[in-house]
Amino acid sequence: MTDAYLETVNLACERDWRLLFEHLHVSVKPKDMLQVSGPNGSGKTSLLRLMAGLMRPTTGEVLINGVSIHQQRHELTANLLWLGHAAGIKGLLTAEENLMWLAALHHGATREQIGQALAAVGLAGFEDVACHTLSAGQQRRVALARLYLDAPALWILDEPFTALDKQAVTQLELHLAQHCNKGGMVILTTHHPLQNVPSTFRELDLGQAAV
Amino acid sequence: MSNVFTLMLLRETRLMFRRPAELVNPLVFFAIVIALFPLAVGPESQLLQTLSPGLLWVAALLAVLLSLDGLFRSDFEDGSLEQWVVSPHPLVVLVLAKVLAHWLYCGLALVMLSPVLALMLGMPIDRIPTLLLSLLLGTPVLSLLGAVGAALTVGLKRGGILLALLILPLYIPVLILGSGVIQAALQGLPTSGYLLWMASLTMLTVTLAPFAVAAGLRISVGE
Repeated sequence: MTDAYLETVNLACERDWRLLFEHLHVSVKPKDMLQVSGPNGSGKTSLLRLMAGLMRPTTGEVLINGVSIHQQRHELTANLLWLGHAAGIKGLLTAEENLMWLAALHHGATREQIGQALAAVGLAGFEDVACHTLSAGQQRRVALARLYLDAPALWILDEPFTALDKQAVTQLELHLAQHCNKGGMVILTTHHPLQNVPSTFRELDLGQAAV
Repeated sequence: MSNVFTLMLLRETRLMFRRPAELVNPLVFFAIVIALFPLAVGPESQLLQTLSPGLLWVAALLAVLLSLDGLFRSDFEDGSLEQWVVSPHPLVVLVLAKVLAHWLYCGLALVMLSPVLALMLGMPIDRIPTLLLSLLLGTPVLSLLGAVGAALTVGLKRGGILLALLILPLYIPVLILGSGVIQAALQGLPTSGYLLWMASLTMLTVTLAPFAVAAGLRISVGE
Protein backbone atom coordinates (compact mmCIF):
# COMPACT_ATOMS: atom_id res chain seq x y z
CA MET A 1 0.00 0.00 0.00
CA THR A 2 3.00 2.28 -0.47
CA ASP A 3 1.27 4.54 -2.97
CA ALA A 4 -2.26 4.08 -1.69
CA TYR A 5 -4.22 6.99 -0.37
CA LEU A 6 -7.35 7.37 1.64
CA GLU A 7 -9.88 10.09 0.97
CA THR A 8 -13.36 11.05 1.98
CA VAL A 9 -15.77 12.51 -0.53
CA ASN A 10 -18.65 14.72 0.53
CA LEU A 11 -18.85 12.85 3.81
CA ALA A 12 -21.67 13.61 6.21
CA CYS A 13 -22.48 12.01 9.52
CA GLU A 14 -25.66 12.21 11.51
CA ARG A 15 -26.14 10.78 14.98
CA ASP A 16 -29.47 10.74 16.79
CA TRP A 17 -30.96 13.28 14.35
CA ARG A 18 -28.05 15.67 14.91
CA LEU A 19 -25.79 16.56 12.01
CA LEU A 20 -22.17 16.29 13.13
CA PHE A 21 -20.52 17.34 9.88
CA GLU A 22 -21.23 17.40 6.16
CA HIS A 23 -19.47 18.07 2.85
CA LEU A 24 -16.24 16.79 4.33
CA HIS A 25 -13.41 16.25 1.85
CA VAL A 26 -10.15 15.01 3.34
CA SER A 27 -7.35 13.08 1.72
CA VAL A 28 -4.49 11.29 3.43
CA LYS A 29 -1.45 10.20 1.44
CA PRO A 30 1.58 8.18 2.50
CA LYS A 31 3.80 10.15 4.95
CA ASP A 32 0.80 12.23 6.02
CA MET A 33 -0.24 12.79 9.59
CA LEU A 34 -3.71 14.14 10.21
CA GLN A 35 -4.94 15.32 13.57
CA VAL A 36 -8.71 15.56 13.85
CA SER A 37 -9.57 18.13 16.49
CA GLY A 38 -12.66 19.91 17.72
CA PRO A 39 -14.76 20.26 20.84
CA ASN A 40 -16.40 17.28 22.56
CA GLY A 41 -19.26 15.88 20.54
CA SER A 42 -18.09 17.41 17.26
CA GLY A 43 -17.80 13.99 15.64
CA LYS A 44 -14.08 13.20 15.89
CA THR A 45 -14.57 9.60 16.91
CA SER A 46 -17.38 9.18 14.38
CA LEU A 47 -15.12 10.41 11.57
CA LEU A 48 -12.40 7.97 12.60
CA ARG A 49 -14.88 5.11 12.77
CA LEU A 50 -16.17 6.00 9.31
CA MET A 51 -12.63 5.95 7.95
CA ALA A 52 -11.96 2.58 9.60
CA GLY A 53 -15.09 1.16 7.97
CA LEU A 54 -16.76 0.47 11.33
CA MET A 55 -19.71 2.75 10.52
CA ARG A 56 -21.58 3.66 7.38
CA PRO A 57 -21.72 7.38 6.53
CA THR A 58 -25.08 9.13 6.21
CA THR A 59 -24.02 10.39 2.79
CA GLY A 60 -20.72 10.43 0.94
CA GLU A 61 -18.03 7.81 0.77
CA VAL A 62 -14.63 6.84 2.09
CA LEU A 63 -12.35 5.80 -0.75
CA ILE A 64 -9.05 4.01 -1.05
CA ASN A 65 -7.33 4.71 -4.37
CA GLY A 66 -10.63 6.04 -5.65
CA VAL A 67 -12.69 2.95 -4.81
CA SER A 68 -15.18 2.78 -1.94
CA ILE A 69 -13.91 0.85 1.08
CA HIS A 70 -17.15 -1.10 1.25
CA GLN A 71 -16.42 -2.57 -2.17
CA GLN A 72 -12.88 -3.55 -1.22
CA ARG A 73 -12.91 -4.22 2.48
CA HIS A 74 -9.76 -6.31 2.29
CA GLU A 75 -7.77 -3.43 0.81
CA LEU A 76 -8.59 -1.42 3.92
CA THR A 77 -8.44 -4.08 6.63
CA ALA A 78 -5.14 -5.57 5.41
CA ASN A 79 -3.46 -2.19 5.88
CA LEU A 80 -5.29 -0.80 8.88
CA LEU A 81 -4.39 -0.64 12.52
CA TRP A 82 -7.37 0.66 14.49
CA LEU A 83 -7.07 1.68 18.12
CA GLY A 84 -10.35 2.87 19.61
CA HIS A 85 -11.29 4.32 22.99
CA ALA A 86 -11.54 0.76 24.20
CA ALA A 87 -8.48 -0.90 22.77
CA GLY A 88 -9.56 -4.55 22.83
CA ILE A 89 -7.39 -5.50 25.79
CA LYS A 90 -8.85 -8.31 27.90
CA GLY A 91 -8.28 -7.87 31.62
CA LEU A 92 -8.17 -11.60 32.27
CA LEU A 93 -5.41 -12.25 29.73
CA THR A 94 -1.77 -11.36 30.25
CA ALA A 95 -0.07 -8.60 28.25
CA GLU A 96 1.66 -11.17 26.07
CA GLU A 97 -1.52 -13.20 25.41
CA ASN A 98 -3.42 -10.04 24.51
CA LEU A 99 -0.79 -8.90 22.04
CA MET A 100 -0.35 -12.38 20.60
CA TRP A 101 -4.08 -12.52 19.84
CA LEU A 102 -4.34 -8.97 18.49
CA ALA A 103 -1.30 -9.58 16.27
CA ALA A 104 -2.78 -12.87 15.04
CA LEU A 105 -5.83 -10.94 13.85
CA HIS A 106 -3.45 -9.25 11.41
CA HIS A 107 -0.10 -10.68 10.37
CA GLY A 108 0.90 -12.52 13.53
CA ALA A 109 3.96 -12.02 15.70
CA THR A 110 6.50 -14.18 17.48
CA ARG A 111 7.13 -14.16 21.24
CA GLU A 112 10.43 -12.32 20.74
CA GLN A 113 8.74 -9.59 18.71
CA ILE A 114 6.10 -9.18 21.39
CA GLY A 115 8.76 -9.10 24.10
CA GLN A 116 10.60 -6.36 22.20
CA ALA A 117 7.39 -4.38 21.63
CA LEU A 118 6.54 -4.54 25.34
CA ALA A 119 10.09 -3.47 26.20
CA ALA A 120 9.74 -0.56 23.76
CA VAL A 121 6.72 0.75 25.69
CA GLY A 122 8.48 0.27 29.01
CA LEU A 123 6.67 -2.88 30.09
CA ALA A 124 9.56 -5.35 30.06
CA GLY A 125 8.92 -7.87 32.83
CA PHE A 126 5.14 -7.42 32.65
CA GLU A 127 4.63 -10.08 29.95
CA ASP A 128 2.95 -12.54 32.29
CA VAL A 129 0.90 -10.12 34.33
CA ALA A 130 -2.88 -10.20 33.88
CA CYS A 131 -3.91 -6.86 32.40
CA HIS A 132 -6.63 -6.12 34.97
CA THR A 133 -3.91 -5.74 37.60
CA LEU A 134 -2.11 -3.08 35.52
CA SER A 135 -2.80 0.64 35.88
CA ALA A 136 -4.82 2.55 33.25
CA GLY A 137 -1.63 4.00 31.77
CA GLN A 138 0.04 0.61 31.65
CA GLN A 139 -2.99 -0.93 29.94
CA ARG A 140 -2.85 1.84 27.35
CA ARG A 141 0.83 1.01 26.83
CA VAL A 142 -0.03 -2.64 26.21
CA ALA A 143 -2.44 -1.51 23.48
CA LEU A 144 0.16 0.88 22.04
CA ALA A 145 2.78 -1.88 21.94
CA ARG A 146 0.99 -3.01 18.77
CA LEU A 147 2.49 0.04 17.04
CA TYR A 148 5.94 -1.46 17.65
CA LEU A 149 5.10 -4.79 16.04
CA ASP A 150 5.27 -5.31 12.29
CA ALA A 151 2.47 -2.83 11.83
CA PRO A 152 0.27 -2.03 8.82
CA ALA A 153 0.69 1.27 6.95
CA LEU A 154 -2.45 3.14 8.02
CA TRP A 155 -2.89 3.90 11.70
CA ILE A 156 -6.19 5.29 12.94
CA LEU A 157 -5.84 6.12 16.61
CA ASP A 158 -8.61 7.50 18.81
CA GLU A 159 -7.12 9.43 21.75
CA PRO A 160 -3.88 7.42 21.90
CA PHE A 161 -2.33 9.71 24.53
CA THR A 162 -4.99 9.12 27.21
CA ALA A 163 -3.52 8.13 30.59
CA LEU A 164 0.09 8.24 29.38
CA ASP A 165 2.79 10.06 31.36
CA LYS A 166 4.84 12.92 29.86
CA GLN A 167 7.79 10.80 28.83
CA ALA A 168 5.58 8.19 27.15
CA VAL A 169 3.70 10.95 25.30
CA THR A 170 6.95 12.32 23.83
CA GLN A 171 8.10 8.83 22.91
CA LEU A 172 4.79 8.05 21.17
CA GLU A 173 4.88 11.38 19.29
CA LEU A 174 8.34 10.55 18.00
CA HIS A 175 7.26 7.06 17.05
CA LEU A 176 4.27 8.39 15.09
CA ALA A 177 6.48 10.92 13.28
CA GLN A 178 8.95 8.17 12.45
CA HIS A 179 6.16 5.99 11.05
CA CYS A 180 5.08 8.86 8.77
CA ASN A 181 8.65 9.46 7.62
CA LYS A 182 8.89 5.79 6.64
CA GLY A 183 5.87 6.23 4.37
CA GLY A 184 3.06 5.35 6.76
CA MET A 185 -0.11 7.29 7.44
CA VAL A 186 -1.42 8.37 10.82
CA ILE A 187 -4.87 9.74 11.58
CA LEU A 188 -5.50 10.56 15.21
CA THR A 189 -7.62 12.55 17.59
CA THR A 190 -6.19 14.15 20.69
CA HIS A 191 -6.77 17.19 22.87
CA HIS A 192 -3.14 17.33 23.76
CA PRO A 193 -1.01 19.81 21.70
CA LEU A 194 1.50 17.78 19.68
CA GLN A 195 5.15 18.83 20.07
CA ASN A 196 6.98 16.51 17.71
CA VAL A 197 5.26 16.31 14.37
CA PRO A 198 6.50 15.44 10.87
CA SER A 199 6.59 18.17 8.19
CA THR A 200 3.48 16.68 6.59
CA PHE A 201 1.37 17.29 9.71
CA ARG A 202 -2.09 18.76 9.17
CA GLU A 203 -4.95 19.51 11.48
CA LEU A 204 -8.64 19.16 10.69
CA ASP A 205 -10.83 21.18 13.01
CA LEU A 206 -14.33 19.73 13.00
CA GLY A 207 -15.51 22.61 15.19
CA GLN A 208 -14.92 24.96 12.24
CA ALA A 209 -15.86 22.50 9.51
CA ALA A 210 -19.21 21.86 11.17
CA VAL A 211 -22.31 23.68 10.08
CA MET B 1 -7.33 -18.68 8.56
CA SER B 2 -7.43 -22.00 10.44
CA ASN B 3 -4.71 -20.54 12.63
CA VAL B 4 -7.00 -17.71 13.74
CA PHE B 5 -9.75 -20.26 14.36
CA THR B 6 -7.62 -22.30 16.77
CA LEU B 7 -6.22 -19.17 18.42
CA MET B 8 -9.75 -17.92 19.04
CA LEU B 9 -10.65 -21.27 20.63
CA LEU B 10 -7.52 -21.06 22.79
CA ARG B 11 -8.33 -17.50 23.82
CA GLU B 12 -11.92 -18.38 24.73
CA THR B 13 -10.72 -21.42 26.69
CA ARG B 14 -8.31 -19.28 28.69
CA LEU B 15 -10.96 -16.67 29.39
CA MET B 16 -13.48 -19.32 30.40
CA PHE B 17 -11.17 -21.10 32.82
CA ARG B 18 -10.07 -17.84 34.42
CA ARG B 19 -13.72 -17.13 35.21
CA PRO B 20 -14.88 -20.55 36.41
CA ALA B 21 -18.14 -19.18 37.85
CA GLU B 22 -19.46 -18.52 34.35
CA LEU B 23 -18.53 -22.03 33.35
CA VAL B 24 -20.45 -23.57 36.23
CA ASN B 25 -23.52 -21.27 36.20
CA PRO B 26 -25.55 -22.94 33.41
CA LEU B 27 -24.71 -26.40 34.74
CA VAL B 28 -25.87 -25.58 38.25
CA PHE B 29 -29.02 -23.95 36.85
CA PHE B 30 -29.74 -27.07 34.75
CA ALA B 31 -29.24 -29.41 37.72
CA ILE B 32 -31.31 -27.32 40.14
CA VAL B 33 -34.27 -26.89 37.78
CA ILE B 34 -34.42 -30.63 37.20
CA ALA B 35 -34.00 -31.35 40.91
CA LEU B 36 -36.92 -29.04 41.75
CA PHE B 37 -39.45 -30.94 39.65
CA PRO B 38 -39.69 -34.13 41.75
CA LEU B 39 -40.17 -31.85 44.75
CA ALA B 40 -42.98 -29.91 43.09
CA VAL B 41 -44.70 -32.70 41.14
CA GLY B 42 -44.23 -35.42 43.74
CA PRO B 43 -42.10 -38.56 43.65
CA GLU B 44 -44.39 -40.54 41.34
CA SER B 45 -41.87 -42.22 39.11
CA GLN B 46 -44.28 -42.96 36.25
CA LEU B 47 -45.35 -39.32 35.93
CA LEU B 48 -41.76 -38.04 36.14
CA GLN B 49 -40.65 -40.49 33.49
CA THR B 50 -43.39 -39.29 31.14
CA LEU B 51 -42.44 -35.69 31.76
CA SER B 52 -38.68 -36.24 31.61
CA PRO B 53 -38.05 -35.56 27.86
CA GLY B 54 -39.78 -32.20 28.01
CA LEU B 55 -38.27 -31.27 31.38
CA LEU B 56 -34.73 -32.05 30.29
CA TRP B 57 -35.09 -30.15 27.05
CA VAL B 58 -36.73 -27.06 28.51
CA ALA B 59 -34.19 -26.91 31.34
CA ALA B 60 -31.26 -27.30 28.90
CA LEU B 61 -32.74 -24.63 26.65
CA LEU B 62 -33.14 -22.15 29.50
CA ALA B 63 -29.65 -22.90 30.78
CA VAL B 64 -28.21 -22.07 27.34
CA LEU B 65 -30.34 -18.93 27.13
CA LEU B 66 -29.02 -17.83 30.53
CA SER B 67 -25.43 -18.00 29.31
CA LEU B 68 -26.10 -16.25 25.99
CA ASP B 69 -26.57 -12.72 27.25
CA GLY B 70 -22.89 -12.47 28.13
CA LEU B 71 -21.66 -14.16 24.95
CA PHE B 72 -20.46 -10.99 23.19
CA ARG B 73 -21.03 -8.48 26.02
CA SER B 74 -17.49 -8.20 27.36
CA ASP B 75 -15.97 -8.28 23.86
CA PHE B 76 -18.26 -5.42 22.91
CA GLU B 77 -17.38 -3.35 25.96
CA ASP B 78 -13.61 -3.70 25.80
CA GLY B 79 -13.37 -3.03 22.06
CA SER B 80 -12.46 -6.59 21.01
CA LEU B 81 -15.40 -6.73 18.60
CA GLU B 82 -14.11 -3.66 16.75
CA GLN B 83 -10.76 -5.37 16.36
CA TRP B 84 -12.44 -8.46 14.87
CA VAL B 85 -14.43 -6.33 12.43
CA VAL B 86 -11.34 -4.45 11.17
CA SER B 87 -9.28 -7.64 10.96
CA PRO B 88 -8.49 -8.92 7.45
CA HIS B 89 -9.66 -12.38 8.56
CA PRO B 90 -13.31 -13.16 7.77
CA LEU B 91 -15.56 -12.30 10.70
CA VAL B 92 -17.57 -15.47 10.00
CA VAL B 93 -14.58 -17.65 10.89
CA LEU B 94 -13.96 -15.77 14.14
CA VAL B 95 -17.64 -15.98 15.02
CA LEU B 96 -17.79 -19.70 14.31
CA ALA B 97 -14.82 -20.31 16.63
CA LYS B 98 -16.38 -18.15 19.33
CA VAL B 99 -19.71 -20.01 19.14
CA LEU B 100 -17.95 -23.37 19.01
CA ALA B 101 -16.19 -22.46 22.26
CA HIS B 102 -19.53 -21.49 23.77
CA TRP B 103 -21.02 -24.80 22.73
CA LEU B 104 -18.06 -26.79 24.10
CA TYR B 105 -18.19 -25.15 27.53
CA CYS B 106 -21.95 -24.77 27.82
CA GLY B 107 -23.82 -27.07 25.41
CA LEU B 108 -21.50 -30.06 25.56
CA ALA B 109 -21.16 -29.73 29.33
CA LEU B 110 -24.96 -29.86 29.64
CA VAL B 111 -25.03 -32.97 27.44
CA MET B 112 -22.50 -34.66 29.71
CA LEU B 113 -24.49 -33.79 32.82
CA SER B 114 -27.85 -34.88 31.38
CA PRO B 115 -27.61 -38.70 31.94
CA VAL B 116 -27.32 -38.22 35.71
CA LEU B 117 -30.39 -35.99 35.77
CA ALA B 118 -32.29 -38.29 33.42
CA LEU B 119 -31.71 -41.22 35.76
CA MET B 120 -32.93 -39.04 38.61
CA LEU B 121 -36.20 -38.57 36.72
CA GLY B 122 -36.48 -42.33 36.30
CA MET B 123 -35.58 -42.63 32.62
CA PRO B 124 -34.62 -46.24 31.75
CA ILE B 125 -30.90 -46.62 31.25
CA ASP B 126 -31.23 -48.03 27.72
CA ARG B 127 -32.89 -44.77 26.57
CA ILE B 128 -29.93 -42.65 27.67
CA PRO B 129 -28.05 -42.93 24.33
CA THR B 130 -31.07 -41.46 22.50
CA LEU B 131 -31.21 -38.63 25.01
CA LEU B 132 -27.51 -37.93 24.51
CA LEU B 133 -27.84 -38.00 20.74
CA SER B 134 -30.85 -35.68 20.77
CA LEU B 135 -29.06 -33.14 22.99
CA LEU B 136 -25.81 -33.52 21.06
CA LEU B 137 -27.59 -32.59 17.83
CA GLY B 138 -29.81 -29.96 19.42
CA THR B 139 -27.47 -27.91 21.61
CA PRO B 140 -25.35 -26.57 18.70
CA VAL B 141 -28.59 -25.18 17.25
CA LEU B 142 -29.34 -23.53 20.60
CA SER B 143 -25.86 -21.95 20.72
CA LEU B 144 -25.86 -20.76 17.11
CA LEU B 145 -29.39 -19.34 17.00
CA GLY B 146 -28.80 -17.78 20.38
CA ALA B 147 -25.61 -16.17 19.10
CA VAL B 148 -27.64 -14.43 16.37
CA GLY B 149 -29.83 -12.86 19.04
CA ALA B 150 -26.85 -12.05 21.26
CA ALA B 151 -25.10 -10.33 18.34
CA LEU B 152 -28.13 -8.16 17.62
CA THR B 153 -28.77 -7.17 21.24
CA VAL B 154 -25.17 -6.72 22.42
CA GLY B 155 -25.28 -2.95 22.00
CA LEU B 156 -28.38 -2.55 24.16
CA LYS B 157 -28.09 -1.80 27.86
CA ARG B 158 -30.76 -4.29 28.91
CA GLY B 159 -30.74 -6.78 26.08
CA GLY B 160 -31.56 -9.83 28.23
CA ILE B 161 -35.36 -9.81 27.94
CA LEU B 162 -35.30 -8.80 24.29
CA LEU B 163 -32.87 -11.62 23.60
CA ALA B 164 -35.28 -14.14 25.14
CA LEU B 165 -38.21 -12.72 23.13
CA LEU B 166 -36.20 -12.88 19.92
CA ILE B 167 -34.74 -16.31 20.39
CA LEU B 168 -37.31 -18.46 22.20
CA PRO B 169 -39.71 -18.63 19.21
CA LEU B 170 -36.80 -19.77 17.04
CA TYR B 171 -36.07 -22.55 19.51
CA ILE B 172 -39.51 -24.13 19.07
CA PRO B 173 -38.68 -26.52 16.17
CA VAL B 174 -35.60 -27.91 17.84
CA LEU B 175 -37.48 -28.25 21.14
CA ILE B 176 -40.32 -30.20 19.49
CA LEU B 177 -37.96 -32.50 17.62
CA GLY B 178 -35.55 -32.92 20.54
CA SER B 179 -38.13 -33.93 23.10
CA GLY B 180 -40.05 -35.85 20.42
CA VAL B 181 -37.09 -38.17 19.86
CA ILE B 182 -36.88 -39.09 23.52
CA GLN B 183 -40.64 -39.50 23.83
CA ALA B 184 -40.64 -41.85 20.85
CA ALA B 185 -37.76 -43.79 22.38
CA LEU B 186 -39.61 -44.10 25.70
CA GLN B 187 -42.62 -45.55 23.88
CA GLY B 188 -40.43 -47.95 21.92
CA LEU B 189 -41.07 -46.24 18.58
CA PRO B 190 -38.40 -45.76 15.88
CA THR B 191 -36.40 -42.54 16.31
CA SER B 192 -34.25 -42.33 13.19
CA GLY B 193 -36.71 -40.02 11.38
CA TYR B 194 -36.60 -37.47 14.19
CA LEU B 195 -32.85 -37.73 14.46
CA LEU B 196 -32.36 -37.16 10.73
CA TRP B 197 -34.58 -34.10 10.90
CA MET B 198 -32.55 -32.81 13.84
CA ALA B 199 -29.29 -33.48 12.03
CA SER B 200 -30.47 -31.51 9.00
CA LEU B 201 -31.56 -28.67 11.27
CA THR B 202 -28.11 -28.68 12.86
CA MET B 203 -26.36 -28.63 9.49
CA LEU B 204 -28.58 -25.80 8.33
CA THR B 205 -27.77 -23.63 11.36
CA VAL B 206 -24.05 -24.45 11.31
CA THR B 207 -23.82 -23.29 7.70
CA LEU B 208 -26.12 -20.26 7.82
CA ALA B 209 -26.18 -18.87 11.37
CA PRO B 210 -22.50 -17.71 11.46
CA PHE B 211 -23.22 -15.32 8.58
CA ALA B 212 -26.22 -13.92 10.44
CA VAL B 213 -24.13 -13.56 13.61
CA ALA B 214 -21.37 -11.74 11.70
CA ALA B 215 -23.91 -9.39 10.11
CA GLY B 216 -25.51 -8.77 13.50
CA LEU B 217 -22.16 -7.92 15.05
CA ARG B 218 -21.34 -5.50 12.24
CA ILE B 219 -24.64 -3.72 12.87
CA SER B 220 -24.07 -3.60 16.63
CA VAL B 221 -20.51 -2.28 16.24
CA GLY B 222 -21.63 0.26 13.63
CA GLU B 223 -24.24 1.84 15.88
